[in-house]
Amino acid sequence: MKTGKLQQSFQETIDYEEIMNCTRCGFCLPACPTYLQTGGNEASSPRGRIALMKAVADGRKAPDEEVEAQLNECLGCRACEPACPSGVNYGHLLEQARSVVQKHKKHSPGVKIVRKAVFDWMFMSHKRMQKMHTLRYWYEKTPAQQVMRKTKMLQLLPGEAALMERVLPKAAAPTAIKREKEFEPSPKKSVKRVAFFRGCLMSTMFSETNDSTRYLLKQAGCDIITPEKQECCGALHAHGGETEQAKLLAKKNIAAFEELEVDAIVSNAGGCGAGLKNYPFLLREEAGWVERAKAFSEKTVDICTLLASLDLPDMKSEDTLVTYQPSCHLENVMKEKGYVEELLRKVNGVKYVAMPEKEHCCGSAGIYNLVQPKMAMQILDKKMTDVKLTKASKLVTSNPGCLLQMKAGIEREGMHSEIEALHIVDFLAEAVRKGQDAPDTN
Amino acid sequence: MLTAEVKQKLIDIVGKAGFSDTEEQKIVYSYDATPGFQAEPDGVIRPADTVEIQEIVKVCSEFNIPIIPRGSGTNLCAGTTPTQGGIVMLFSKLDKIIEVDKENMTLTVQPGVTTFQVMKRAEEEGFFYPPDPSSMKISTIGGNINENSGGLRGLKYGVTKDYVLGLEVVLANGEVIRTGGKLAKDVAGYDFTKLITGAEGTLGIVTEAVMKLLPPPETKQTMLTLFHDMESAAKAVSAIIAAKIIPATLEFLDQPTIAAVEEYAKIGLPTEAGAVLLIEQDGNEQVVSEHMNLMKQICEEEGAVSIRKAESKAEAEALTEARRSALTALARRRPTTMLEDATVPRSKLAEMVRFIEQTAEKYSVEICTFGHAGDGNLHPTCMTDVRDKEEMHRVEEAFAEIFSKAVSLGGTITGEHGVGEMKSPYLAWKLGDAGVEAMLAVKQALDPHNILNPGKIFAKETRKRVTIGGANQ
Repeated sequence: MKTGKLQQSFQETIDYEEIMNCTRCGFCLPACPTYLQTGGNEASSPRGRIALMKAVADGRKAPDEEVEAQLNECLGCRACEPACPSGVNYGHLLEQARSVVQKHKKHSPGVKIVRKAVFDWMFMSHKRMQKMHTLRYWYEKTPAQQVMRKTKMLQLLPGEAALMERVLPKAAAPTAIKREKEFEPSPKKSVKRVAFFRGCLMSTMFSETNDSTRYLLKQAGCDIITPEKQECCGALHAHGGETEQAKLLAKKNIAAFEELEVDAIVSNAGGCGAGLKNYPFLLREEAGWVERAKAFSEKTVDICTLLASLDLPDMKSEDTLVTYQPSCHLENVMKEKGYVEELLRKVNGVKYVAMPEKEHCCGSAGIYNLVQPKMAMQILDKKMTDVKLTKASKLVTSNPGCLLQMKAGIEREGMHSEIEALHIVDFLAEAVRKGQDAPDTN
Repeated sequence: MLTAEVKQKLIDIVGKAGFSDTEEQKIVYSYDATPGFQAEPDGVIRPADTVEIQEIVKVCSEFNIPIIPRGSGTNLCAGTTPTQGGIVMLFSKLDKIIEVDKENMTLTVQPGVTTFQVMKRAEEEGFFYPPDPSSMKISTIGGNINENSGGLRGLKYGVTKDYVLGLEVVLANGEVIRTGGKLAKDVAGYDFTKLITGAEGTLGIVTEAVMKLLPPPETKQTMLTLFHDMESAAKAVSAIIAAKIIPATLEFLDQPTIAAVEEYAKIGLPTEAGAVLLIEQDGNEQVVSEHMNLMKQICEEEGAVSIRKAESKAEAEALTEARRSALTALARRRPTTMLEDATVPRSKLAEMVRFIEQTAEKYSVEICTFGHAGDGNLHPTCMTDVRDKEEMHRVEEAFAEIFSKAVSLGGTITGEHGVGEMKSPYLAWKLGDAGVEAMLAVKQALDPHNILNPGKIFAKETRKRVTIGGANQ
């Protein structure tokens, strides 16, 4: 009975036209990290997953554990999309399929509570995110962290949570992260007026990176507006099949930004930027929202893409070899490619070395490394062998998830003394400061 | 259907992890890249070595179970669709490059290695492996050997068969034979190396191959030329060859393809141009320069409206963009893309392209043609929708006329994709009944129980050949 209902729901939700656009040429296979990691298992490829979706929609197969396992194993990195001659929008199919499975899923009470807390409560409100951050700050300040680490309590958490706990950036003092003003003029000649999408994790856990972002924008002549009413982008919800929450957040963000009269809406996380770019698709059936979502999405741009088009002060660094792990969603969904490298090449003293197969996902993929730890670590190990080949002393990323994953990789390999992972804007902000005679910390 | 007994026997050979008959596996190995063909196998097997393959073949022979050897499933002739059921055999565990022999300039490889890995390894060792089918990033060398794959470099460098020196093959009776070797000359009996290459897995299962390598060309230059019509482009192609130049690349796009590419990529191609030729030469620097100048002159004489020669690597890449994005530009137009490979002698290129355009119009279907002008290998590509039965019928009729015309011009129904199941109804048009009979005799001698990729190459029924009116019949 349950299967019948699920099947019907699947048929109603999945875009069959899009499935039929897959000509099964197989050009996506070499781009797919899970296909490569499984020794070429067709079921672990985009072509195979689409074939499974089609089999479910055709009534050939029940949307059972086998199908769900393959939907979960997919990183959602969307590297298959640029490789696809037919332009199949695999990411949308994946989200549709996942949302059906999620809707009908009977989670265990434990998982239900965690999902509810994370998706419905914490990420739905910027204020709550800040409260969580304060909690984390005190966790680090008091002996709680030491106790948790020493008693190996963290090992009881799922996936690689214990490893992640070690590599998270130290929580900034809660007082430090409230200081951003709604309007900040550039000290230079003003060339653009931009709105800053601060992101939920970026504005708490990675607040220093947000400071660097605003610093760079101002140095490049941008006046910044940071609307207080903005919320999480909702990408995690959308990827996890929690579509309704994702829509709610999207609407709040559009409302918070649309009246601002800015040249661009700037994000500094590939995952968030892609989430924002996805609003027209997310809200495609919401009356009155389609055009608004489109206008919002068209203005969204990654910080590096914007900076590459503006004049930055001279930049300088002592790190000679720098490599870059691109954010999959920045390149494959936002389709903004090459700008980070362009900026790195502008830094005096830096030689940018391309990592082999840098376009392959690092295995972070949102919360993937927590829910699919085995595959995530296999992918990470392969990635770290590529990192080593570059002999770089700095590894920059363009998304917080990738950054944590790279830090985890460095931790696992014991490479602290050789290489440091950091967000591109933190690296650039430092380079701007070094490039100026009188360091300006504004 | 596999009985429990057969299943157990297979598991005994490859272990539990090496055999699967789950719904998931049956669904994802029910197709290759060919539109309109899908059939589920009874199981999927992943052997680890030649001995296991021998054992599997013996079991399948005893119980009459079809074996479909499959690489990455990128072929376009339904060559690996398990239309007769049976087990799909995968080579993911036979994925080693065994050696690169610098003295003999050979590379010994297992079938599961990708074409790209072979090329890359050859390059790393200072050599060159030329065959470059467009699926090379993921196609396996085993698949290339079975289909005798071509590519863009066919005119100057030949195709896969020109690089296969020796094979290890498991026959339908479970015996292993080794053909050829690291030899430039070898006339000891029938040339089984060439026979197995391109046999689409119907005569034996390739388990190892010795591939020929070349020294790499020193340099390469690129040029893009536009013509008013296909006829003058074709004349330029003939004149280039008549001037005793064999270019490394000599690719063309017809007018509808140019329009589609421009619409998709917006790279500034004049959509009214009748044809585009992409020309490349590689080799010794001085010779390359001489050839490029001469070819430029020839194109001018034949009425090229624009000639652009790349001055840098980046510019060369920009010029090849038009050709590289052809498939992408076309595939986005409709859900289904049928990419065919009718081939004619190079001197008949313009006539064939013109005929394809007329045929498309006659049947009201959308066909764009691009391909390898130098070797007469065309890719008439039809954008359609497999769900529209009526339109699919017209597409089939149009292609039947195109294949018939190609044969009547001294060409063939397939230049590089293979016969598989898709082209099998047309094979007799090319070979004649006696030709098919002779091939069938070989098949029956080597695979009497018909367990090796059955249903491929040989059709149950030959399609009735369409007769076309017109003066040049």
